[in-house]
Amino acid sequence: MSNILEIKGLTKRFGGLAAVDNVDFDVREGGITGLIGPNGAGKTTIFNLITGVYKVSSGNVFFRQKDITNTEPYLVADYGITRTFQNIRLFKNLNVFENVLTACHASAKYGLAESFLRLPRFRKEELALKKKAMDLLDYMGLADRKDAIANGLPYGLQRRLEITRALALDPKLLLLDEPAAGMNPDETEQLMKLIANIRDRFNLTVLVIEHHMDLVMGVCEHIVVLNFGKKLSEGRAEEIRGNKQVIEAYLGGEHAEC
Amino acid sequence: MDAYLEGILILSGINLIAVMGLCLLTGFAGLFSFGHAGFMAIGAYTAAIFTKMLGLPFVFGIAASAVSAAIVSWLIGMATLKLKGDYFCIATLGFGEAIRLILDNFQGLGGSRGWPGIPASSTLLNIVILDIIGVVLIANLVRSRHGRNMIAVREEELAAQVAGINTYKYKMLALVISAAYAGVAGALLGHYMTFIQPKMFSMVKSTELTIIVIFGGLGSISGSVIGAVVLTFLPELLRVVDKWRLVAYGMAVIAIMIGRPRGLMGGFELTPASFRKLFAERKAAREIKAASRLYSDDDSAQGAGR
Repeated sequence: MSNILEIKGLTKRFGGLAAVDNVDFDVREGGITGLIGPNGAGKTTIFNLITGVYKVSSGNVFFRQKDITNTEPYLVADYGITRTFQNIRLFKNLNVFENVLTACHASAKYGLAESFLRLPRFRKEELALKKKAMDLLDYMGLADRKDAIANGLPYGLQRRLEITRALALDPKLLLLDEPAAGMNPDETEQLMKLIANIRDRFNLTVLVIEHHMDLVMGVCEHIVVLNFGKKLSEGRAEEIRGNKQVIEAYLGGEHAEC
Repeated sequence: MDAYLEGILILSGINLIAVMGLCLLTGFAGLFSFGHAGFMAIGAYTAAIFTKMLGLPFVFGIAASAVSAAIVSWLIGMATLKLKGDYFCIATLGFGEAIRLILDNFQGLGGSRGWPGIPASSTLLNIVILDIIGVVLIANLVRSRHGRNMIAVREEELAAQVAGINTYKYKMLALVISAAYAGVAGALLGHYMTFIQPKMFSMVKSTELTIIVIFGGLGSISGSVIGAVVLTFLPELLRVVDKWRLVAYGMAVIAIMIGRPRGLMGGFELTPASFRKLFAERKAAREIKAASRLYSDDDSAQGAGR
């Protein structure tokens, strides 16, 4: 299997602090890769660097062998990388349907004059967009909530809506930032199944940041561990589970015990 | 028609055009501007150059006013749209005042004494036609993918960006379109008054436009339309209180904003569909009420039987 994303020597400095320090890892096409590490390890910063929200200090990001380091976020999305946020960022005052419909915009080609005058292509493509949004909501089980205002949804559904919105862009690579944060074990398990289903149904590659070890160990085929901005280890779930360094990073070293 | 009433209607129609543009920028793209009178001034003077100096028909004057205001707004946008919300607002304020002061000191177009003798080409008819076209175009735009992208920028800029929306482009688009509307409004104003003066396009005018948009409700086209008409008529109705007129105007606006903090329409639109929905909801509520009354009647009957 080829690599869809390659990260080489990625570094981000905020003043004197290196939040991400010379990190290398690859994401295999079609897989589910987990990115784990204690708080402040630089996981979300890596997402922000991949999607162009932050400027890279040094190093490179390659997407399908193409250098996309420091590309504007909207272009990164055009290439086929979308993400969700740790602190959910929905279009709060819009309803569920509008949230997804807005993100479908890239599937339509009609121009400005055609929208001003409601020309035939506008009508045709709008219908297709609405159908696409509705199909996605159906698949994600949000169809019965389509008129609800996003801000008023229960927390779990807001997360689900954010994933739906990301899927509306037909991504090749989906970055999920702590999708199970604040969920109980039951919801987490549902989410695990959902992530695996989405991957198969939409032919995606998934890179997921997570703290819930059950979720990471359950669905991720490959895991990358970060600590203090550096890569600590990577490998299959079983390898990571037994890795002494990883256990130390999460639970503290033997010498730190008291 | 009564000339006085016609005059107020014409002025509301002119305000409506400027407000429509600002409604797109502030209500949908979420950018506040306190310099739109500057774009009106550019439109007014450009149109006057075309009709009075060059003797061209009014249509050309209107087209030129839209184009000139759009070009200037594009230049301003390049310099300021990278700024965050409040800073952009301050920059537009500076721009509006700069335009006024430039016109004040530029003697070629009359300077601060003003420029009289502009042909009286604005009529109620052509203003109403332009109003209808203006409202329809904006209403169509906001219900297209381009309009939705602008709303996304207003709602959550970062999420809009990672959803593949070029936020800079859509802010620029909203600014340029709104400036073109303001330019046309300026042209109509000049050709109604037959006299233009930089003082007419001061910050007070910009503020008035923004007040109308907020009064009508951000993100509501029908709100802006109603707001433009109501707030142009209001000072005239308040002539009965004589010198307290502007005080009463201010108090009326404050009272309405306290009563309806999200503006007159609060983001809702007056469309056939929204009316149908409203009636359907009312009907459903009545039925639920009737059903519950039936149920409680049942209950009390049972209680009496026992």
